Amino acid sequence: MPATATEPVLLEMKNISIEFPGVKALDDVMFATATGTVHALIGANGAGKSTLMKVLTGAYPHYTGEIFIGGRKADIRSPKDAKDLGIQIVHQEVDTALVSYLTVGENIMLDRMINDSGKRQWVNWPSLHRQAQEVLDRLNVRISPRKRVDELTLAEKQMTLIARAIARDCRFLILDEPTAPLSRSETEELFRVVRDLKSRNVGVIFISHRLPELFEICDEMTVMRDGRFVIREAAANLTQNLLVEHMLGRQLEQQFPKHQATPGEPALVVKDLSDDSGKVRNVSFHVRKGEVVGIAGLVGAGKTELCKALFGYTRASGERILNGKRLKIKSPNDAVRAGLALVPEERRKEGVLVEESVTTNLTTVVLSRLCRFFGTVLDFGRERTISRKMIADLGIKTPNEAALVRNLSGGNQQKVAIGKWLVADAEVYIFDEPTKGVDVGAKRDIFQLIAKLVEQGKSVIYASCELSEIMGITDRVYVMYDGMIVKELETAKTNEEELLFYSTGGK
Amino acid sequence: MSDTHTEKAVRSSSGADPGPAPGRKPSAARLDWFQFFYRYGTIVTIVLLILFFGLATDSFLQGQNIINILRSISIVTIIAIGLTISLAVGGFDLSVGSTASLACGVVISMFVWYHQPTAIGVLAAIGACLLVGALNSFLIIRFRIPDMLLTLAVMFVIQGVALTYSRGATISQNMVMPDGSFATGQIPKLFAKFGQVPGIIIIMLVIVLLVHLFLNYTKHGRYMYVIGGNMEAAKLSGIPVNKYRIAAYLLSSLFAAIGGIVLGARILTAEVNSGAPYLMDAVAATFIGFSVFGAGKPNALGTFFGAVLIGILQNGLVMMSVPYYSMDIVKGGVLAFALALTYYRKR
Repeated sequence: MPATATEPVLLEMKNISIEFPGVKALDDVMFATATGTVHALIGANGAGKSTLMKVLTGAYPHYTGEIFIGGRKADIRSPKDAKDLGIQIVHQEVDTALVSYLTVGENIMLDRMINDSGKRQWVNWPSLHRQAQEVLDRLNVRISPRKRVDELTLAEKQMTLIARAIARDCRFLILDEPTAPLSRSETEELFRVVRDLKSRNVGVIFISHRLPELFEICDEMTVMRDGRFVIREAAANLTQNLLVEHMLGRQLEQQFPKHQATPGEPALVVKDLSDDSGKVRNVSFHVRKGEVVGIAGLVGAGKTELCKALFGYTRASGERILNGKRLKIKSPNDAVRAGLALVPEERRKEGVLVEESVTTNLTTVVLSRLCRFFGTVLDFGRERTISRKMIADLGIKTPNEAALVRNLSGGNQQKVAIGKWLVADAEVYIFDEPTKGVDVGAKRDIFQLIAKLVEQGKSVIYASCELSEIMGITDRVYVMYDGMIVKELETAKTNEEELLFYSTGGK
Repeated sequence: MSDTHTEKAVRSSSGADPGPAPGRKPSAARLDWFQFFYRYGTIVTIVLLILFFGLATDSFLQGQNIINILRSISIVTIIAIGLTISLAVGGFDLSVGSTASLACGVVISMFVWYHQPTAIGVLAAIGACLLVGALNSFLIIRFRIPDMLLTLAVMFVIQGVALTYSRGATISQNMVMPDGSFATGQIPKLFAKFGQVPGIIIIMLVIVLLVHLFLNYTKHGRYMYVIGGNMEAAKLSGIPVNKYRIAAYLLSSLFAAIGGIVLGARILTAEVNSGAPYLMDAVAATFIGFSVFGAGKPNALGTFFGAVLIGILQNGLVMMSVPYYSMDIVKGGVLAFALALTYYRKR
């Protein structure tokens, strides 16, 4: 319940640092906001925004530094501490926080049922639904508390979570990327609720990658970069360009090998590709032989969905033309036969078989070609030869080719995930965030590999939210925003600011 | 924004060198013992049981008894092999027991009611069971019903179908038909050979060997394990996942059918729900088999040894005058132990 006093309550985080094995995720960060304001927390991927908010909500107890609320020191070491202080968070993945086969009312009252029912053993249904209805009324949201959560739209689920957050005492509400999955009109509705909460003296902390909308809704902004505080400023004193500069700061120069290939004729042409989920809409682009084309965009822009639709993993309409021939791709199986290769984003889930040996992983795609007797009987000798060659070529660090992939490091797992397609000798290689969770050395190896591929006349599609990588490795870039390609740029004639500008919805 | 920063940190530090995965570190010596026991536990147990029963009873180690054991496990093994294939693609075919009942009923009725020769009877039974497999795979793949639940439902349906087909009665030679006459068909001599030593044991061994070769030495077997290990990755690697899942369920039903046919040949009647008791034994054999030689996944040889273990236990305990009706306690206990081994290792 919003505090009865209309006095703004200050929230201050001072000198917050936190370390994870090997990396200092937050370094002496300061953050301050107050109830009755909407405060934007901005930063590129990996800047530490989510980590900072996890500290505030008690998910990481091992931070150093001090947190003050209303001038009093608050020691937040568990989610319960945070909730007792009136700090609530609505995460981006709404489905993980809701119980899908319970009703809206039950979900809204879940925290209260668990924490506040004391010795009572019985559920008072009429009162539960009445209270849930009151909360929804307070938000001016029209959802029946008796509806099951799995019947709701994404936006309604988000509202349900916000309702749950304010059902208990809520002074500060953190919204982590709330608008990413929402349509324009749903976003408007969310903003109405946010303004409403603001007028009830709730402090809203708003994390988003979509810069234009932040100026619509936020009073103040804090920018973070590389785990450090950069600037805190009133929104009125900032512009989108200024923000982008703060977000990027001075770039650490990374070593990108420059490939020697000159792009030839078009290899893959994609026309009007749309997937069934609506996350990819009317995407058209092409990639030439010996060319690296970047798909730039922030998390949630639809890059992964585009890659999967292209590869036949999800159902999609539109045309794919390879070397002048129209492709019929209804499944990844068709795509592989046509000469496409996809290194997926979720390596452990989609890219490698963690419980299998390096060899089994590397030869999965080409197994038919390695087999004797009409491609049926396995030839372990040839498998081993190919595997050893690939391990040597890619510098995969593994005790031997029979080692389980589970025991390799992230970078080496990624090399295995890429290696299996190199064996396959495809025409077009699609990389989806290939450097995610990969250390610097392995990163450079991956870039070198890509350079080698295009020098052999292959085509590479490189999807990433790491704009510095897009700048370093690609020849041409398509920028995605909200499921659509909004801009095509020549890498040599653009810069990161421009990419980020279009990625965040600039026009 | 996702938590890429911290994720990076955690990942790169946890796997900087290809050492053992985190969480499995506790003292190397203990790990080795566990690994040894995991790999060879089944074999060691079988050897110990043979020694124990051999010393405790006079007749256990006689050649005739060994053959007895092999004969008694052959039907379980054949059905369990089908189950093994369904588990290999990450499924779980619970309908194998009632499918075997159906096969048994169809094959005997073909002889007794319709005077058909051996080949027709066997083909009819296999055909009927392949329909079950097709139904299973269709519902699982098209409607995305979890394997175990769907095959549980189909298990009931097929049990009912088998019962309805036999009108709830045991099918046997000279049985009384509903109209009061006697069934006049005879069971062919050739067919009866399938259920006798050595035919029944040879059939089992050939099936074990063929499926072992199929799963471990062919592309198709490799694909099945890849699908079972990670269906998403398999799909994204271009493996036609659904085709292989359909194939696995068809094979599972095929072996259940063969199991049911051999069962019919052994007892020369089709009793009500005759295949049902084999389900739990098959499940036990398959899961015990996971660990054999450290495979860590469903495999044909393992399944065979699992069945051997159960067969020896059962045979030996009966010889030691443990009542037959308490046998399920032992078998269930062994299954629980095998599951504990499998899942404890997975952690």
